[in-house]
Amino acid sequence: MRAGRTFVLAVPWAWLLLFLAAPLAIVTLIAVAEPADGVPPYRLTWTLDNLRLVATDPLYRNALGLSLKVAAVSTLACLLAGYPMALAIARAPARWRETLLLAVMLPFWTGFLMRINAWIGLLRDDGWINTLLAWLGIGRLPLLYTDAAMYVGIVYTYLPFLVLPLYARLSRLDPELEHAAADLGAPPWRVFLRIILPLSLPGVWAGCALVFIPAVGEYVIPELLGGPQAQLVGRVLWGEFFQNRDWPTAASVAVLLLVVLLAVPALLVRALRR
Amino acid sequence: MSRALAGWLVACYAFLYAPIGFLIVFSFNDGRMVTVWSGASMRWYVALAHDQALIDATLLSLRIAAVSATLAALVGTLAGYALARFGRFRGRGALEAALAAPLVLPEVITGLSMLLLFVVLEQLVGWPAGRGATTVTLAHASVSVAYVTMVVRARLAGSFTTLEEAAMDLYAPPWQAFAFITLPLMVPALAAGWLLSFTLSMDDVVVASFTSGPGASTLPMVVFSATRLGVTPEIYALATVIVTVVAAGLCALSLVRRHAA
Amino acid sequence: MTLQITGLAVRYGPVTALDRLDLTVATGELFVLLGGSGSGKTTLLRAIAGFVRPAEGRILLDGTDLAPLPPHRRPVNTMFQSYALFPHMTVAGNIGFGMRRRGASRAAIAARVAEMLTLVRLEGYAQRRPYQLSGGQQQRVALARSLAPNPRLLLLDEPLSALDRGLRSDTRGELVRLQRSLGTSFILVTHDQEEALTMADRLGVMQDGRLAQIGTPAEVYERPATRFVAEFLGAANILPGTVQADGSVDLPQLGVQVRTGRPATPGRILLALRPERLVVGDAGTPNRLSGVLAEQAYAGGTLTSTVRLADGTLIRTSQALRDGFGSVRLAIGGPVTLGWQPEACILLPPE
Repeated sequence: MRAGRTFVLAVPWAWLLLFLAAPLAIVTLIAVAEPADGVPPYRLTWTLDNLRLVATDPLYRNALGLSLKVAAVSTLACLLAGYPMALAIARAPARWRETLLLAVMLPFWTGFLMRINAWIGLLRDDGWINTLLAWLGIGRLPLLYTDAAMYVGIVYTYLPFLVLPLYARLSRLDPELEHAAADLGAPPWRVFLRIILPLSLPGVWAGCALVFIPAVGEYVIPELLGGPQAQLVGRVLWGEFFQNRDWPTAASVAVLLLVVLLAVPALLVRALRR
Repeated sequence: MSRALAGWLVACYAFLYAPIGFLIVFSFNDGRMVTVWSGASMRWYVALAHDQALIDATLLSLRIAAVSATLAALVGTLAGYALARFGRFRGRGALEAALAAPLVLPEVITGLSMLLLFVVLEQLVGWPAGRGATTVTLAHASVSVAYVTMVVRARLAGSFTTLEEAAMDLYAPPWQAFAFITLPLMVPALAAGWLLSFTLSMDDVVVASFTSGPGASTLPMVVFSATRLGVTPEIYALATVIVTVVAAGLCALSLVRRHAA
Repeated sequence: MTLQITGLAVRYGPVTALDRLDLTVATGELFVLLGGSGSGKTTLLRAIAGFVRPAEGRILLDGTDLAPLPPHRRPVNTMFQSYALFPHMTVAGNIGFGMRRRGASRAAIAARVAEMLTLVRLEGYAQRRPYQLSGGQQQRVALARSLAPNPRLLLLDEPLSALDRGLRSDTRGELVRLQRSLGTSFILVTHDQEEALTMADRLGVMQDGRLAQIGTPAEVYERPATRFVAEFLGAANILPGTVQADGSVDLPQLGVQVRTGRPATPGRILLALRPERLVVGDAGTPNRLSGVLAEQAYAGGTLTSTVRLADGTLIRTSQALRDGFGSVRLAIGGPVTLGWQPEACILLPPE
């Protein structure tokens, strides 16, 4: 019994040490290494130059600021679209709910890149949306390779991540609570603000985290839908690594991103406690 | 449900499905343009069937996805079981946090850190030699463990303890209680976790791009570089094939479930 | 089969769940453990089954100590409160599970399963799955499953609590008949006093990890050992008093002497009176108290009256309505007399 327990625990621990702790430690190690010509392109030393550069140079700082802004705006957009959606599914007749929920998840299985490809086709200058706009007399607009296209792509991709945990939370609320509140004279908007919204907050936070965090580090969507000006931190890291072959700088960007991602929830918690 | 909510729901589903409908329609377009309709044709499906690079990439991706999902299922089951069953133990909090970490790490960080791990490992112990299918598989498995753990743990939470006790009460030693009761009841969760891991692996560009090497391009990597050069209806044809396979799989699954119930 | 438990203690950290408990259960006996939540009754059952490791004490079954054995090595089966039927197995698979683990032959298992299905009147249900059965049917499958390996002792954890009220009282009688015909010893846990009184050969009232009293239902009801037992099993009006040299009880607050009809040693005691043993109105009984009628509640077959005594104490009575409601209806606030026979007095130790 004892031995079995040790084995059951040892395997995940060993796995996590090798594939989580070790890689993150190595990233930190490379972040303080020196770039060098060779394979691999670094020399292990102890220098804070890379980290200092990444923390102070406007290129990286702006990338980080832009990423946080894009992620925040996208999360808010997902929340505004997804909350009523999750609520509607939770309120739908029981026999429909499973199908509706499946329909939220289904796009996952069509391939992320395929859906981005579809958006490229829709948003191009000669694409369907522009054809529609021209027909309406508004005229063709440059849509692809703009911030708008990038936001559409991020919201489109991550909307299900927000809806699912939020639905899970909302569906567990006792409908009698609302009846009780309404019975005690609360108008519907007040029932929503005072009863449903506060009780669904854990689901809101979970959903927002699942959108915000990957969105901050997003590479593919800004690369394919956004313009060259959309230099998000994921794109900068990618560029340092693949184009400039500057591993220590790429690792430093990763460290900076990680620190910011750890700090954001901590700051949020402190701000909320006040 | 109020009318406004229902209307919003319809709009959201339209938003989610319109692009998919669009690419299915245009996969049958005869022209080279993905925006101008020039007659129905299967030519892009024919082109797809002759695109050896794409077929090789698909086979490679399927292999990587299957192996990494299986690996993740093995490790994730143990971790999920420990978290659901062992109550309080030393390092529980750390294990929980570490298992959740891949869920909240941006892909670029996961990709970069895994690559650096493989580079250092090769220097230190000579394995894995070079980068390719093996390294991508390991990287994908390392992310997927978190998902399998989550699903298995949710399934195991609380509900089976009495059933295991009942089995032991009826003369089953602990390992038999696990084999005859816990394991069969975990199958749906395991299948869900495996499928989720498989999907994540099939869908990933970023981690694969970091951890792969020459000659080992996964399907998403090939599609990604093709997309950068310009969208072709061939990719839409591929997407339609994927949609068809997934839809067929879901139909088969629901038939099996209806039959079993 | 004799079960002999001596000095059994179970502790969860600083919490004592069982406090050096002693209990003997005889062959063929239906023993009921009665107690409130947290009294330790389920812990005792789980300790006998092997799911709880005792800190000290012995659990002797026909002379063999079970305490060091894991659950699967104990010749004892449990019927779980939630039934714990294996959802992925058929009814036959569930019932045969215990025998399969013991390596019985296929033929033996099939025969025993058929026998058990007949016993619980579920012939023809062998290939059903648990979720296709009603609550009552699931309960019977759970019983059949725990009886199939022919245990020397069957432990039943609130076996009737998940059933509807009507079904519960039918099942109660059925369970007792089954136990009699099989001759298997049962230990049944319940918090339902009616269940305990009607089913038990003997019962034990649990309080804070100890058995406050063990005896036949009549012994425990008629002669409760403590105030807790008197109030837990049935209702009781409690009045403090003093036993005099002549054996009568003096109730100082009320200035009344009460005849008890049994010898008692002088000293301070608590006098307990069951509501149904008190008569409202002057019926010529030797013991009498007067007060004011505070409340009456009609409950169909019985009438509950609450009487306020001179010192403010409230006394509850309960009378069977043999001749209809009108005969005993009194004006609220009016003076009433309460009477009872000396034999109705229960003397309890002071607290």
